Amino acid sequence: MKKVVYGALGIAALMGVTLAAQKVQINGGGATFPNPIYTKWFSEYNKLHPNVEINYQSQGSGFGIQQIIKRTVFFGATDGPMTQDQLLSAPGKIVHFPTVLGADVPVYNIPGVSQELKFSGPLLADIFLGKVTKWNDPAITKLNPGVNLPGSDIVVVHRSEGSGTTYIWVDYLSKVSPEWKKRVGVANSVSWPVGVGAKGNESVAGQVIQVPGSIGYVELIYALQNKIAYGSVQNMNGKFVKANVNSVTAAAASAAKQMPADFRVSITNAPGDDVYPISSFTWMLLYENAPDKAKAKVMVDFMKWALTDGQKYAGDLGYAPLPKAVVDMEMKTLATIKVQ
Amino acid sequence: MRNTWRRFLSQGIVVLCAGAVLLALVPLALVLFYVVAQGISSLNWAFFTHMPAPVGEVGGGMANAILGSLMVTGLAALGAIPIGVTAGIYAAEYRGTRVASAIRFAADTLNGVPSIVVGVFAYTVAVLPFHRFSALAGGCALGIMMLPLVVRTTEELLLLVPNTLREGALALGATRARAVFTVVVPAALPGIVTGVLLALARVSGETAPLLFTAFNNAFFTTDPRQPIATLTVQVYTYAIAPYQDWHRQAWAGALVLVTIVLTCSLLARFATARMERMQRGS
Amino acid sequence: MKLKTRPDEILFRVGTGVFGVIVIAAVLAIGWQLGWESRLSIREFGWQFWRTEIWDPVAGQFGARPFIWGTLYSSVLALLIATPVALGIAVYISELCPGWLQRPLVFLTELLAAIPSIVYGLWGMFVLVPFVRHLETGTPEWMRALPLFSGPPLGIGMLAAAIILSIMVIPFTSSIAREVLRAVPQAQREGAYALGATKWEAIRMALFYARTGIVGAVMLGFGRALGETMAVTMVIGNTPRVSASLFAPQYTMAAVIANEFTEAGDDLHLHALIEIGLVLFVMTLIINIISRAFIWSLGHQDRPRRRRGVLAQQTESV
Repeated sequence: MKKVVYGALGIAALMGVTLAAQKVQINGGGATFPNPIYTKWFSEYNKLHPNVEINYQSQGSGFGIQQIIKRTVFFGATDGPMTQDQLLSAPGKIVHFPTVLGADVPVYNIPGVSQELKFSGPLLADIFLGKVTKWNDPAITKLNPGVNLPGSDIVVVHRSEGSGTTYIWVDYLSKVSPEWKKRVGVANSVSWPVGVGAKGNESVAGQVIQVPGSIGYVELIYALQNKIAYGSVQNMNGKFVKANVNSVTAAAASAAKQMPADFRVSITNAPGDDVYPISSFTWMLLYENAPDKAKAKVMVDFMKWALTDGQKYAGDLGYAPLPKAVVDMEMKTLATIKVQ
Repeated sequence: MRNTWRRFLSQGIVVLCAGAVLLALVPLALVLFYVVAQGISSLNWAFFTHMPAPVGEVGGGMANAILGSLMVTGLAALGAIPIGVTAGIYAAEYRGTRVASAIRFAADTLNGVPSIVVGVFAYTVAVLPFHRFSALAGGCALGIMMLPLVVRTTEELLLLVPNTLREGALALGATRARAVFTVVVPAALPGIVTGVLLALARVSGETAPLLFTAFNNAFFTTDPRQPIATLTVQVYTYAIAPYQDWHRQAWAGALVLVTIVLTCSLLARFATARMERMQRGS
Repeated sequence: MKLKTRPDEILFRVGTGVFGVIVIAAVLAIGWQLGWESRLSIREFGWQFWRTEIWDPVAGQFGARPFIWGTLYSSVLALLIATPVALGIAVYISELCPGWLQRPLVFLTELLAAIPSIVYGLWGMFVLVPFVRHLETGTPEWMRALPLFSGPPLGIGMLAAAIILSIMVIPFTSSIAREVLRAVPQAQREGAYALGATKWEAIRMALFYARTGIVGAVMLGFGRALGETMAVTMVIGNTPRVSASLFAPQYTMAAVIANEFTEAGDDLHLHALIEIGLVLFVMTLIINIISRAFIWSLGHQDRPRRRRGVLAQQTESV
């Protein structure tokens, strides 16, 4: 009995000591789309400020939105902006802060095909609607003459949970295919006509690697890091463009001039020759007036670092840095976050 | 003629049953083989002492997850053992009463509740009202899963203690509480400890209840009010990701898990065998 | 003073009783909480919830038929595979094998039960699924035409889930069946042998004697399969679809909760998921009650039995 009591006291003391160490632990979660760069940022920021531990868990944009509304996390992250209804259901005002630019790319795994495939918007919509079911369908071979496409089935892989990556993808499909817009619509989580569900960008990439004949959509970095083949997409001007830092930056150029005050804007299917059509901002969600002011101050300081120094990590990881005009706007908005 | 057929049939059935045993042992061997083969090469010092590396970078370890699993299981035990043992004592000492039957029924029901449902319940009572994911919430979920095992083990073992012991203690003038706690329970203690050990081993391998309670944490923490990484959730996160390095670490994590569970099982077997030998000798 | 009314006795009884009540309260709390937190969905959809196939968070349409289909289909398939194997093991260990082999075999089957489900899921993803994909690609054309084997050979899908579930169910059913067979009085077996029965005929008699217990053991295995989450979600494909094909990716109740819970968009979505959890809870509760009733009744077969077969009649009179 005595041993138990002393043991319990010992554990309590240990916990007390750690609590007193002045560490700030902030928990956030959300989009898998920017997970590689966010974890890089939080790791680098922790090296600069060892007492700040920002724990980010990539569980999907739907998670980021829901849990910040329920206040089980201090900040959320999403690539599909919150809807008006969602914003109204939150206990306080939530502000969107764009952090980087990224792109959804169509990844595929066709045994025997090593060339890069060209896709048009309507073709992608038809594949994901289940109207085009074989790799040697005329719609695909027409765009890719000279590629020996097999007659095997196309296996569509999509997200099984609420995802901003999905939002970007279906947002684009809705713009290029009226049938998609009518039948399926735009949201973080949709009712997929065909395909297999996987959890997170990570898992979609994993499925595509493992299943021959599959096609999926992931954020560019997941295709690059895992060396999965991804195709070029035809943009509004008719050019077939592959996703990279330049083509994504081009997509944001026009949006930067007309950025709304709350930063919620879609840049899919933007006009321009060099534009990659499935690009998007990704946002962090913060309460304007959070109860814990100490944590709010830490997050504001972090955001200032991320929007300036942090941007230099973007290129290596396949993301595009934010246009300067947008960063300037954000700095002003950051000042409205209450830190005392 | 008929006799030969009957004998032949009987032999055939014997062979089939033996075949069933072998059939069941095949997946066991395969699972253990793959876990060891794939995981052993990744069990280096770094695995046990480093934090996870940023996404996509090679290296890093599961130090925080291993500690997290220990913490969450410990928290679960802290709740489940006192409640479970005491409830088991009631169920044994007052066997036959309606409350005792209700306790047994409740324990059996809890045992059958799917782990994901326990996780949902723990989320609604331990996460939402406090606006945080935490190791405590994870401990709550695992504690609920441990409870029925502890209750049943305690009850069954206390029932094995001969009534003469109880009556003897009471005849010597002990109060009921004294009789139970100083005579009956110690007699059954080795078995209870074994049962608790097995229960701990079982819940330390759970994943679903932790998904939305303890959540996950990229950093090292000992604060029970913070989300925490656990071995099981970490293995899951790594397994469904595309990074080869993460897969390698997932196998290593699985190997650690299986080792812990197997060791506890073996210890429990060993203890039970020793106890039986001691009882036979006395 | 009577023991019952002694103050220390009352204190002890109430003191320990409180903890017992906590256990009971826990079960009630779970049931209550699940029911309360799913009220929106119950009110909105009623019984239609279980007949509709559309699961569309965008449109606010929630029909849970694909999940209950997937859960039942995968569990029944798992039972079909696991029950003969589990009974074979139980029979072998309790009736047929040499004495020195008993303990090691029991230990090995318990090992099967001890392996955490995430490890099964991991192994399932990286070892079983490619193997199943191999099997599926190799199915002959004429089989592919049947609805049972239709669809692209993905590897992930109902077949992989059924196999993994059956592996996890085998130790459960077999250990309870073993216990149940142990409860068959030795006199019954001896009587059978005295009448010249072969091993198999004696076993058959024992199995018949213990039949309610065996059914209980099988049902408990079924309950186990219903609630399994991790191993299933990693190999089943997570697609809400009602399909008879073994090759098709499908979804189970436990898996959809695990995947969609933390980011259920609106309250209706969340309540729909919790309603699924509630039904899962009730299903496993009912199965538990029935199976334990079956197993319990085995120990209380005192009432006189009606005439059955010659062998049974003759063994009874021994």
